[in-house]
Amino acid sequence: MKPFAGTHGKQWRNHGLWLALAITAAVALWPTLAGNKAYAREVTFTILKAVALASSLNILLGYTGYVSFGHIVFFGLGGYVGFYLLSVHSLPLYVAVLAGALSAGLLAFLLGKAILRLRGAYFALATIGVNEAARSFIKNFQPFGGPIGMTLNFKAYQAYGGPSQALWIAYGSMAILTLAVILVSFLIRTSRFGLSLMAIRENEDAAEVMGVVAPNAKTWAYVLSAVFPGMVGVLFFFKNGNIEPGDAFVLHQSIETIVMVMLGGQGTVLGPLLGAAAYQRLRGLLLVSPLFKNIQLTVAGVLLLVIILFVPAGVVGWLRSRFPRLRRVLE
Amino acid sequence: MSDILQLETVSKHFGGLQALSNVTFDLPEGQILGLIGPNGAGKTTLFNCINGVYPPDGGRVIFQGQDITGWKPYNVAHLGLARTHQIVQPLSELTVLGNVMAGACFGHEQRSLSQARDIAEEVLTFVGLDERCEALAVSLNVAQKKRLELARALAARPYLILLDEVLAGLNPVEITEMLQVLRQVREQGVTILIIEHVMHALMNVSDRVIVLNYGEQIAEGTPEEVANDPGVIEAYLGDPKMAERLMGNA
Repeated sequence: MKPFAGTHGKQWRNHGLWLALAITAAVALWPTLAGNKAYAREVTFTILKAVALASSLNILLGYTGYVSFGHIVFFGLGGYVGFYLLSVHSLPLYVAVLAGALSAGLLAFLLGKAILRLRGAYFALATIGVNEAARSFIKNFQPFGGPIGMTLNFKAYQAYGGPSQALWIAYGSMAILTLAVILVSFLIRTSRFGLSLMAIRENEDAAEVMGVVAPNAKTWAYVLSAVFPGMVGVLFFFKNGNIEPGDAFVLHQSIETIVMVMLGGQGTVLGPLLGAAAYQRLRGLLLVSPLFKNIQLTVAGVLLLVIILFVPAGVVGWLRSRFPRLRRVLE
Repeated sequence: MSDILQLETVSKHFGGLQALSNVTFDLPEGQILGLIGPNGAGKTTLFNCINGVYPPDGGRVIFQGQDITGWKPYNVAHLGLARTHQIVQPLSELTVLGNVMAGACFGHEQRSLSQARDIAEEVLTFVGLDERCEALAVSLNVAQKKRLELARALAARPYLILLDEVLAGLNPVEITEMLQVLRQVREQGVTILIIEHVMHALMNVSDRVIVLNYGEQIAEGTPEEVANDPGVIEAYLGDPKMAERLMGNA
């Protein structure tokens, strides 16, 4: 399928959507069948987390054309708010996840009003500033434990049938969330709202002249791309058992997420999924290699450089333009 | 006939450069009004002030009786005022169809995607781009991109359309075709304000012509009156015999 040429009312019959969902579901089910289930679960959780973060970022980076270097701030903030409710107020996980989504969405909404007026490099720089400011703030915010952070009392897991059961619940929730992100990403891409985002990406001035209310569209894209990282943060730190500023607002994770989106193909549904999975596997291999374990981020940087120079559309984008017939399945 | 667009002493300056001074005119519904003048006369600036790309420094812009001075371009578009750009602004990585659908979706009528698709196909047939509807906009040539600009503006089903040099860069055959399209647009009841350097075409198609020079209106009238105006001949046409040739050519 080409962009805006025949999906209307037939979204559920789209092959690309089912392919993306099927791949994700297959990966998510792997730990239940693997020999060492706990190990497989941990590896797959990391992959699903990367897929969810990359697909969320793609709403802003790929569809709208705005580069957010500090997107991890939503993961960190959502994680903190959720963790606070879990550990201090002993609220159930789903409430914490919703709170994580709301807080991240609210921050994005307010930020959007303030910094989405900036374009290009200025917006990208502002997002870095936001992440660094958030980390400094949380470091000095005592209710969230200041620089030490917070730890989840071991007994908290009892409500979920013990720690082992709790980890599976976190994993299952992560899998469902990842599927939801992919579905939302697809729905945006094939919607009228998505068309307004792509018009902004291609030419914001022309889009406004055509009647696209760019400030609103950009803000909602930013909010949507922030809500899911907020939820991912809650699940991750729930599983982790503790949270501290240094783990929640890691700037290089933002940049790695950008690499994932660019590697797979920005502006496509399948691209961030494949890019995130591939990058996460590569990172895993590098971390256990004696030669690369200390320079795995260098590899990320070089990879980004190579993508931008030689395959700016990413793997899926390249395949789509090289083999137009694949467009029906590579959404 | 009522005036769809009224400009009252619209002025704009960029630093020390007075781009527009006290431009005042009324555009009755259903007319084609031509806007001519040398390069840098302020024609495109006038369009930008009308559709809100930037606010005028002084004066008022009134569209269908409503004061739209200083409105944002998207709000102006929603009222039913569409425009094309002198330097084409395609949404390069979207298909031709996607470009035109965007015009229908977000412009005056705020259509849904499926309705926009039908409108886009109809408009693309109308401007003769239907065979390229699946192509990416970036792959079109200049003449096709001009048509795309026009199609995108028409897909909004505007009451008034501002055309900024849609004929520039076209060959004589393409110009004739485009003029035919413009006449049909007018027959559908759309009012047209058109900037053009292709003089014989403009004189041929316009009901009335306004001449701008250094941001000032130096003449206004029917094409014949304007072409014979000594001031216009001096400032723009540059040749007293030009008028005869222009009108003869038409």
